[in-house]
Amino acid sequence: MIGIEHYVVVSAILFVLGVLGIFLNRKNIIVILMAIELILLAVNLNLVAFSAFLNDLVGQIFAMFVLTVAAGEAAIGLAILVIYFRGRGTIAVDSVDRLKG
Amino acid sequence: MIQTIAFYLFAVLVIASAVMVITARNPVHSVLWLILAFFNAAGLMVLVGAEFIAMLLVIVYVGAVAVLFLFVVMMLDIDVASLRAGFVRNFPLGLVIALILLAELVLGIGAYRAGEIALGTPMVAAAAPVGASNTAAIGALLYSEYLFLFEAAGLILLVAMVGAIVLTHRPPKTVRGHQNISKQVRRTPEEATVMKRPNVGEGIEL
Repeated sequence: MIGIEHYVVVSAILFVLGVLGIFLNRKNIIVILMAIELILLAVNLNLVAFSAFLNDLVGQIFAMFVLTVAAGEAAIGLAILVIYFRGRGTIAVDSVDRLKG
Repeated sequence: MIQTIAFYLFAVLVIASAVMVITARNPVHSVLWLILAFFNAAGLMVLVGAEFIAMLLVIVYVGAVAVLFLFVVMMLDIDVASLRAGFVRNFPLGLVIALILLAELVLGIGAYRAGEIALGTPMVAAAAPVGASNTAAIGALLYSEYLFLFEAAGLILLVAMVGAIVLTHRPPKTVRGHQNISKQVRRTPEEATVMKRPNVGEGIEL
């Protein structure tokens, strides 16, 4: 029988994989953004699982708002990435030091 | 039985594709693995009866966000090899951080299962009504109790859209440089050039 623990474990593994992805691809900002999406997916999975098993719909409503913010974040992040690439010709994160003064 | 099989299928696939997202050499492959991960997560959500959020996940993430990623990855001419540098060097630190996080999460889950933590009873008002479909129940709750939050979410999306357009929009370059057409049209004969014909040997006053 599948219980809430199974879902929590899956979303915990997903979350940790997202964090690991940020550390592994420290130069590639596109993969970092994808890892952030994975983290948000883990959060959503957690919210939905608890909502279903506790029979409380608020969790699913909240998951929808998380989804909204994640979509907005992806759009803005990719827009910043595009204009950064236009100016510098690279997207390597460690050369983002223009504001150092 | 079939639920257990489906759960383990979706769970294994979502975790495997998440691993591929963060280790794939090519960012395009990463995006495609991300799409697979989202599909399987949606399957996990359908399994517990949250079909509305699952379909939203497929539409928003697979239909919009992943395609956006794909566009950006293919639009930018990225040197993939140089971005991979440091992958091996960063691996031990990242693994340590990930293991610490995982240990903490396991500890949290274990402590929760050990009991002795008094949890509040779920709100009766937000309990899923018997008989209504998941989508109808969410709609009834969203458009009554969470209406203002819903509008705020719409506002967030509007701000994101305007921001993305403002950031990436380039004003079109005019062909003739700094020609200001409205200034040309506004010109009157009074401020235009005056022709003078001075006599030989005399100056003129301007």
